[in-house]
Amino acid sequence: MSRRQRIVFAVVLALACALPFLVSNYRTFQFTLVLVYAIALLGLNILTGYNGQISLGHGAFYAIGAYSAAILMDRFGVPYWATLPVAGAVCLVAGFLFGLPALRLEGLYLALATFALGVSLPQLLKYHHFEKWTGGVQGIVITKPDPPFGLALSQDQWLYFFTLVVALGLFWLARNLLRGRVGRALMAIRDHPIAAEAMGIHTAMVKSITFGVSAMYTGIAGALGAIAVQFVAPDSFNIFLSITFLIGIVIGGLASITGALYGALFIQFVPNIADELSKAAPWAIFGVVLIGFVYLLPAGVAGGIRMALARWRAKRQNI
Amino acid sequence: MEAFLHQVLAGLATGGIYASVALALVMIYQATHHLNFAQGEMAMFSTYIAWSLISAGLPYWAAFALTVVFAFILGVVIERVVIRPVENAPVLAVVVVFIALLVILNSVTGWIYTYTIKTFPSPFPAQPLFGNKYVSSHELGAIGVTLAVLLLLYGFFRYTPLGLAMRAAAQNPDSSRLVGIRVGWMLALGWGLAAAIGSVAGMMVAPIVYLDPNMMGGILLYAFAAALVGGIDNPGGAVFGGFLVGVLENVLGAFVIGNELKLAVALVLIIGVLVVRPSGFFGKVYVTRV
Repeated sequence: MSRRQRIVFAVVLALACALPFLVSNYRTFQFTLVLVYAIALLGLNILTGYNGQISLGHGAFYAIGAYSAAILMDRFGVPYWATLPVAGAVCLVAGFLFGLPALRLEGLYLALATFALGVSLPQLLKYHHFEKWTGGVQGIVITKPDPPFGLALSQDQWLYFFTLVVALGLFWLARNLLRGRVGRALMAIRDHPIAAEAMGIHTAMVKSITFGVSAMYTGIAGALGAIAVQFVAPDSFNIFLSITFLIGIVIGGLASITGALYGALFIQFVPNIADELSKAAPWAIFGVVLIGFVYLLPAGVAGGIRMALARWRAKRQNI
Repeated sequence: MEAFLHQVLAGLATGGIYASVALALVMIYQATHHLNFAQGEMAMFSTYIAWSLISAGLPYWAAFALTVVFAFILGVVIERVVIRPVENAPVLAVVVVFIALLVILNSVTGWIYTYTIKTFPSPFPAQPLFGNKYVSSHELGAIGVTLAVLLLLYGFFRYTPLGLAMRAAAQNPDSSRLVGIRVGWMLALGWGLAAAIGSVAGMMVAPIVYLDPNMMGGILLYAFAAALVGGIDNPGGAVFGGFLVGVLENVLGAFVIGNELKLAVALVLIIGVLVVRPSGFFGKVYVTRV
């Protein structure tokens, strides 16, 4: 990081730490969800933005993570923090396994296969043979964790800080992963698969592992989301959740780490504002904004900020 | 045996609807190599228009014809206004635009007509035809309408100059342009036709699944499965796939896995076909040269 980036990062982090003491518990809860979505979007962005594999079904992995956490907490009494690694591992394996056949599928077909996964998942979750675990249509209700060590925080504030720490860790990991050899391999596969293979990159393996890692991020986000919302039910994980994630990465910025955060802010707060117009309004606005971004700002908000900064710097140098 | 026969016939009826939607998908795929994720929502929106017209007091078949015309215009307008600018964009951009269309149509319909489920009339008599006990008139009628649409389309593409021009534009746009075919408009016409076929499918399925903004979600998935089974670039294959998927879905749903997992059939079919035989039963196998 350059010095300027370090300063910006420190200021943002300080603001993020101060936030729960400045706003109501409900707002804190909303910002917890922003962090949750940011992790999920980062996962999807690793796959779609960096590696060029389109997924229209990442809501499925979010759901698997959420259900893993809920089942572990509700049926086995596992503490909430211990569910995250399990949810991540389950999704890593699920994503890897789904990625294996999907390897043979180029762009459009992968989009189709993942779309099918996203559409059919709620039905699988409702399946009555799994009901013992999943609670069927009713879903599972879980309790919100109390802050440990007698900290003087409300439950919402504690969960916010917990999520913040997890998010920081995962973002740091992703940044290191994407900046180095692995990241370059991912982008090489996206931009020119044949050339990448010729350079000695094991395309098939890298693509499946990327799918797994991406699903792991989204799964951990799902687990955190379930803990924050205190409830999982099949119908909250329909195809529109997957589409929301896609919208988040396109608007935040493809192949950009900070883009995940902008995207998360967008998908969390814009529907709240639009909801006041009509129940259907958020999606109409999502759709129109989405088309607008594809036409006018394909690099998303992150790309827009980068461009504006570059222009500003160029101007300053000319003077 | 009787129950089995009943399931097969009901499967053929829904299969006809999948076949129509699959055919619409294949038409757009052949011309542009894009999968139209918004196909289902376009059909759903047209069906709501039909519902409005019928509620306004128009006779069924007049409303039917007007809706087909409306859907055609909708398709052409969408191609010209929304799809044209991303014609040569990367796959992801195109997929995103289709997804955007899907959510816009879905939410606009919800906005105008609310999310309450509505009944949609069937043009066919309520009691079974010829006193048979296997299949309802509507199911039989739906199969008939599907077959009629297929015949019309076949005739159009096979015997009219415009159909020939459209096929040429899809197969070899550059040469077609050289002989004076307006390729852009041919693509738009293809979109219009696909939307019109979709609207017929929507009106045929609405009496069975009832009218609501999310009614086409599952149907679109089956149609994708059908198109893939038949070979994504083969119209005849898509129709065959549609009937096959319809029967499979009904028979498996009734006797093997239960109605709860019907959509999983589509998922397994889609992934299975893509992995084992991506060109489907009748599709061309493409070999790319490095």
